Amino acid sequence: MKPILELKGISKKYRIGADATPYKTFRESFGSLLSKSKPNKSEFWALDDISFNVMPGESLGVVGKNGAGKSTLLKILSRITPPTKGNIVCRGRIASLLEVGTGFHPELTGSENIFLNGSILGLSRKEIQAKYDEIVDFSGVEKFLTTPLKHFSSGMQLRLAFAVAAHLEPEILVIDEVLAVGDSEFQKKCIGKMDEVNNSGKTILFVSHNLNLLHTLCPRSILLKNGKLVREGDTEHVIEYYNETITSDPGGDIRVTSSLDDGKPWESGTEIAIHISWDRNKFEPGWECDLACYTYEGVKVFAVQSNRIEGFDSEDPNLNSITFYIDNPDLTDKPLRLDVGMRKKLGHQYEAVVPNCLTLNPAGHKLPAYKRHDVIVVPKVRLEKNKNE
Amino acid sequence: MIKFEISSDQKFNFGFRELLEFKELFYFFTWRDIKVKYKQTLLGFLWAILQPLLMMLIFTIFFGRVLSVPSDGIPYPIFVFSGLMFWNIFSQGLSGAGNSMVSNANIIKKIYFPRLIIPISAVLVALFDFLMTFVVFIGLLIFFQFKVDPIAMVGLTLIALLLTVIATLGPGLLLAALNIQYRDFRYIIPFLVQVLLFVTPVIYPTSMVQNPNIKLLLSLNPMAGAINIGRYALGATQLDLTLIAYSIISGLVLLILGFFVFKNTEKYFADIA
Repeated sequence: MKPILELKGISKKYRIGADATPYKTFRESFGSLLSKSKPNKSEFWALDDISFNVMPGESLGVVGKNGAGKSTLLKILSRITPPTKGNIVCRGRIASLLEVGTGFHPELTGSENIFLNGSILGLSRKEIQAKYDEIVDFSGVEKFLTTPLKHFSSGMQLRLAFAVAAHLEPEILVIDEVLAVGDSEFQKKCIGKMDEVNNSGKTILFVSHNLNLLHTLCPRSILLKNGKLVREGDTEHVIEYYNETITSDPGGDIRVTSSLDDGKPWESGTEIAIHISWDRNKFEPGWECDLACYTYEGVKVFAVQSNRIEGFDSEDPNLNSITFYIDNPDLTDKPLRLDVGMRKKLGHQYEAVVPNCLTLNPAGHKLPAYKRHDVIVVPKVRLEKNKNE
Repeated sequence: MIKFEISSDQKFNFGFRELLEFKELFYFFTWRDIKVKYKQTLLGFLWAILQPLLMMLIFTIFFGRVLSVPSDGIPYPIFVFSGLMFWNIFSQGLSGAGNSMVSNANIIKKIYFPRLIIPISAVLVALFDFLMTFVVFIGLLIFFQFKVDPIAMVGLTLIALLLTVIATLGPGLLLAALNIQYRDFRYIIPFLVQVLLFVTPVIYPTSMVQNPNIKLLLSLNPMAGAINIGRYALGATQLDLTLIAYSIISGLVLLILGFFVFKNTEKYFADIA
């Protein structure tokens, strides 16, 4: 059997710096005609020699930190932008979902937008008509189909958008993080649909920060780092490697680890220890260390600031790590991502930030789903200072 | 089994087969723009008729009455309307197509389809308005009891329409491609449309221009040819076939130029949009 997707040496170059303005004005382009030398032109390889194959019916996960080149890869696969080098052989129709609701128009009604969005995504009018009831049913917004989209809540718009997208039937489906929409019930519906698509023999390329989901949907994954393919294989091993590299190399000066392995459940009512250490020479005494925890939809669930914790002082120059003990106050069952930042004082800009350094999976709930905390809560926190002479 | 290749080399591809594959998108983009254009307006589609009618009224008062511009023996309202209905396709189509890539940038950046569909649909929207304007034109002919040969009129109108579409699409594609790289064109387009109105025989007849050199220069404007062909059906106008040929050739040259400039930059639209 031939692979349905064959990528050979795909590279993509962008220019950064002064030349990278999204568009040029006449004056700028005349200017560059007049001045012969272009010293400031710096090149940036968003993708560097990526090669891999995808077999028919396979689901491949794509993992990587922000800026690793995931989105560029998807854009090239979707034929939105051409590669600078290399080529791809596709043996099937590709539909890409780089966002949900592409082409939605606020002035058109819900049902008009189903047709518009569906056709932009590559469905024919007949196909849309045939699936119309199913789409409406899936979205759960049947009451509002004759209302202009601009009067929809953002959640309803997303549901409608996903409903259309879920009914695409290409041979290859390219998905970028679109699952992070709607409430948890709708998310489950979406994940169920993804599973169904997956089992129906379609080929899926799935990019996500949600490692759990990646794990359930894709048996095989690739890991991108700075535009290069650094790991390819079992999703479990790739994620393991990803977590290792992310904690040992958090962009330089700060290291973050937790008492639970990434992906292990964080039981309700129990404490998690988040250990943060840094290079003592890089941060002057008096700093503040903040944690912020978000759902994958970007909703902040809790934030902790070291300076707000009583009895804490960071003036000791020998201090080079702290541990936050955070109690799970029955948090939502959605996976959460953790950002860590260090700054001089409240109100100052962060000097170092480690976004997305850990994934936390609250579990073992005592409260019914609707009572669980999924918006800003203040968990019990205590802090321990560690010195390393 | 569909098989295709995505690669970095710049093989030129007309992509006509692909356009056919995506033919429904022409319909949907045109349909969307028509719908959206008159959404939340009280008069709705009536505006498509009212705009040229009001223009005709104003031109008739100022140019027909006050300035006594000649009209080749045709009642001035009919004369100016017969020019305006083609001119409106051009002015609407040109600004629509010229801005279409920028205003659809969010879609271009997320989904692949042949990019040509977007500016072409913008011209189709303008053609849709023409259909309604043409009904008004027939009403006007009846109102003034102006006799025409219906077969000749339909035939000549179709030829004029074809030339109008060529004249609109060529510069429209060119401007769409340039606009996405240089946003200056957003400001140039309205100005351009306004200037072009004065070098196109909409409010005055070509016969009014005496200097043969200027006459030749003006007929390089493909819209001049289109409007003169359309007006020929009204009888009184002389049709200078050499000048018409100039219009057609310049229209085709612009279309080819626009097409190639568009195709050459289309791959990078998503990167620069």
